[in-house]
Amino acid sequence: MKAGTEARGHGSTDGLARIALTVNGERHDVMFAGYKSLLEVLREDLGLTGTKHGCELGECGACAVLLDGQPVLSCLLLGVECEGANVTTVEGLAEGPALSALQAAFADKGAAQCGYCTPGILVTAQALLDRNPHPTRAEIAEALSGNLCRCTGYLQIFEAVEEAAGTAARRHGGTGAAP
Amino acid sequence: MKVIGKARRRVDARAKVTGQTRFADDIALPRMLFARLLRSNLPHARIVRVDTATAAAAPGVELVLTGADFPIAFGILPVSQDEHALCQHRVRYVGDPVAAVIARSEREASDALALVEVEYEPLPTVASPEEALERTEPRIHDYGEGGNVHRLAHFAFGDVEPALAQADRVFEDLFFYEGNTHLPLEQHASVAALDADGRLTLWSSTQTPHYVHRELARALDLPAHRIRVIATPNGGGFGGKSDVMNHEIVVAKAALATGRPVKITLTREEVFYAHRGRHPVLMRLKTGVTADGRIVAMDLETLLDGGAYGSYGAASTLYTGQLQTVTYHVPRFRFRACRTFTNKPPCGPKRGHGTPQPRFGQEVQLDKIAVALGRDPAELRLQQLVPANSVTANWLTIGSMGLKECIERVVEGSRWRERRGKLGPGRGLGLACGSYLCGAGLPIYWNEMPHSGVQLQLDRSGRVTAFCGATEIGQGSDDVLAAIVAEVLGLDPADVKLVTGDTDLTPVDLGSYSSRVTLMMGNAAIQAAERAKALLAAAASKKLQVPAERLGFADRRVFDVEDPAKAMTFQEAVVAAEVEHGTLGTSGSYRPRRSPARYRGGGVGPSVAYSYTAAVVEVEVDPATGWVKVPKVWIAHDIGRALNPVLARGQVEGSVYMGLGEALMEEQAFRRLPPRLSSALVHKIPSLLEYKSPTSVEMPEVVTYLVEEPDESGPFGAKEVGQGPLLPMMPAIANAIYDAVGVRVDEVPITPEKVLKALTQKAKGQEGRVGPTAFPRVPWPEALVVPPPWEGGDGKAVNQDAPSRDALPTRHSGTAGVKV
Repeated sequence: MKAGTEARGHGSTDGLARIALTVNGERHDVMFAGYKSLLEVLREDLGLTGTKHGCELGECGACAVLLDGQPVLSCLLLGVECEGANVTTVEGLAEGPALSALQAAFADKGAAQCGYCTPGILVTAQALLDRNPHPTRAEIAEALSGNLCRCTGYLQIFEAVEEAAGTAARRHGGTGAAP
Repeated sequence: MKVIGKARRRVDARAKVTGQTRFADDIALPRMLFARLLRSNLPHARIVRVDTATAAAAPGVELVLTGADFPIAFGILPVSQDEHALCQHRVRYVGDPVAAVIARSEREASDALALVEVEYEPLPTVASPEEALERTEPRIHDYGEGGNVHRLAHFAFGDVEPALAQADRVFEDLFFYEGNTHLPLEQHASVAALDADGRLTLWSSTQTPHYVHRELARALDLPAHRIRVIATPNGGGFGGKSDVMNHEIVVAKAALATGRPVKITLTREEVFYAHRGRHPVLMRLKTGVTADGRIVAMDLETLLDGGAYGSYGAASTLYTGQLQTVTYHVPRFRFRACRTFTNKPPCGPKRGHGTPQPRFGQEVQLDKIAVALGRDPAELRLQQLVPANSVTANWLTIGSMGLKECIERVVEGSRWRERRGKLGPGRGLGLACGSYLCGAGLPIYWNEMPHSGVQLQLDRSGRVTAFCGATEIGQGSDDVLAAIVAEVLGLDPADVKLVTGDTDLTPVDLGSYSSRVTLMMGNAAIQAAERAKALLAAAASKKLQVPAERLGFADRRVFDVEDPAKAMTFQEAVVAAEVEHGTLGTSGSYRPRRSPARYRGGGVGPSVAYSYTAAVVEVEVDPATGWVKVPKVWIAHDIGRALNPVLARGQVEGSVYMGLGEALMEEQAFRRLPPRLSSALVHKIPSLLEYKSPTSVEMPEVVTYLVEEPDESGPFGAKEVGQGPLLPMMPAIANAIYDAVGVRVDEVPITPEKVLKALTQKAKGQEGRVGPTAFPRVPWPEALVVPPPWEGGDGKAVNQDAPSRDALPTRHSGTAGVKV
């Protein structure tokens, strides 16, 4: 995160701010109302609505994106703080038309039910795998503890992360349960 | 079968993991305006004056609406049309919307809210059902059963008094279930716009687009055919998006007034006010049993805190008792229920709708009975299960019944017999069961039309499109539709294009509530697909020179089952059929069979099938702090058949999670501000941080068993799985805490404070129980006497319906509304 005068971006007229940043590998020069959070800039000014909001107070994790590789809550960052930043959103995870390993595992394991918390969880889990390619179940739960999900009960999310990490335990629960 | 029962990636998975699922707030239209609501800061007040002039002149503001713009009342149930999109003359809870500002940006709309001047005259408030019973004036509504009582019910399914008098033992307990809220991650959002032809379109995160369609037409006084409602995929619903909401009507009106698209997205705080969540319920449960623990009679009283409006409350009231008879045989049952109005956000349906509260009471009481009689709680239950294909005391028809196997599976899996009571200090096991509807037997407004319709269009490209009004709220209804059509026609689910939840394009499905979609839409889909298959088979039969009945459909081929080499592709079959029959399309529909319950109120409870669940929960209780940890859960759910086991398991585990929250921490609680701050009744914790819900680190290990006893009423035998598995969780946790530390907390949430209090009591040699201690006097009406089937009844009441004290406003003559 940038600080000081740099945080104001490189232009400001009539309450509008202007910054340059890289989102999902593409450089953008974007002008927006200066009060907007990074979340609002992404959704409203760059049209990247994959990132969600659940509270806009930093309580739910739905708005998580990667800022220079680190998961951050985009509702708590001002757009003007992101001059020069490198942002990854859910739209940047796929490899061309192909799902990433993590996305494919989420799809296969039932890790996305309503799908609303999914973008934030995917980027947070991706950051975990990037720094710790073989996390334990406890490490996965800890990494995702700031991302609320009201649908799944988290277990299929854990399994998807493990699957993507290639650490999926050979689990056998009850009959009929998914492998 | 090639599709049904196979673990598959759901058909909408790709959209969800790439962020392409378009939720309501993701919609942005050219020239779009933004609406914000001014909400009352008083719990009960007369609106003396609303001055919007300053707000209307503020920068960016295009329109300001007030109650005067919404003269027509609406409500989800025809028997309680007690809401206006913006309050008319009175506000009834903190959060009740009074005015709406529509501006060019959300920021400008928010800023201008402060410029709307509202003068209130505060009125005395009602904070609880006890107060509602005491304070008959002022009335929160001028309809209902007198004073601040909204609904009263009293049923006598056989005479319980002599049965209780003759019982070997009678157990009487008071229980309290605190209210809690759905907390969907997606805040409600709606966008309204006029299309090029001037017709109104509303995109909304709703579970019930058909009902929204009807109520919009009513509240806006527009012909329904000029309105299109599109249910966007819901970012979680759990019942909280099944009402018609104020903001939906406001943006529709604003779009009509401005000619521009108008969007609203509720803030998280506002979602707590929109609510329609779990009713707080106080219960008195009296059960007579034989010496070996068989129920001879059950007498249940429930008192509901309904909040400020009717919502689904007339139905919720009856759900606090009507499903008490579907698990264990109850020869005689008396049920009395009372719903009161209070100055709090309205309660409504949350997952399990009205049934988790009495289920908690029943399952905890059975545990107490087992302890008192020295019986194993699992055995006590197994000896008195309701038989399959039977009728209950209150005239509910039971179909398949897999609870025996559910109990056996969790008992075996948890090594219940070896481990219960022997886990050492502070550790314990608890067992409980539950059951839920597979769709309400009646629609919310009385009619004899189908509850669900599916249309199929077969294109010469080989594509099949399925149209259905069903609403995807994350539960997988789209996947169920695609899977069933694909199974019947021999396709892959991904081959089936779906158009769902759009009142312009799709036949009506009543909505994603009461766990009705899989069964009802599924049956309609089977009928539509079988009809399409017949058209294809007739044409293919001619081409292949094979009798139609010998044709199989699989792997995108149509073939002779006796000579599979004689085959054509599915697409070739569609082309042949289009040549033969002309443009191809079929439809299917489903309406549940009529229930034998013919008494007034008997419309709530019937379903063509019931799912069953049993759970064993292991807990660790810290005696120093009262902290309860749940390391492991075994849960077995009788699903009939799992159409997609990945999704079915997800519903079970999601229910375990939500049950954990309800049992241990979640509460929609209110407090009074001090007199110097107006004594207002306010929500304690309208934020995601302070409304405690379980996170990933609290989630226990879960062993899920899907018990598949196909039900002849379900599509491929399937029953529901979205709500039932929640039910046993709360009582199983309470029972496990007793096993661990020997104290009873007869209410939820079971917070550490309550556990500690009970432990402290016990250490002093007292009872070791925390829970309600009194049930107020309720002016119960005369009983509706309905003899059970085994006492010569015919499903009707033998006496007159007890008349209500006030006439209920009904919508129009001839529609008695919900049969409650």
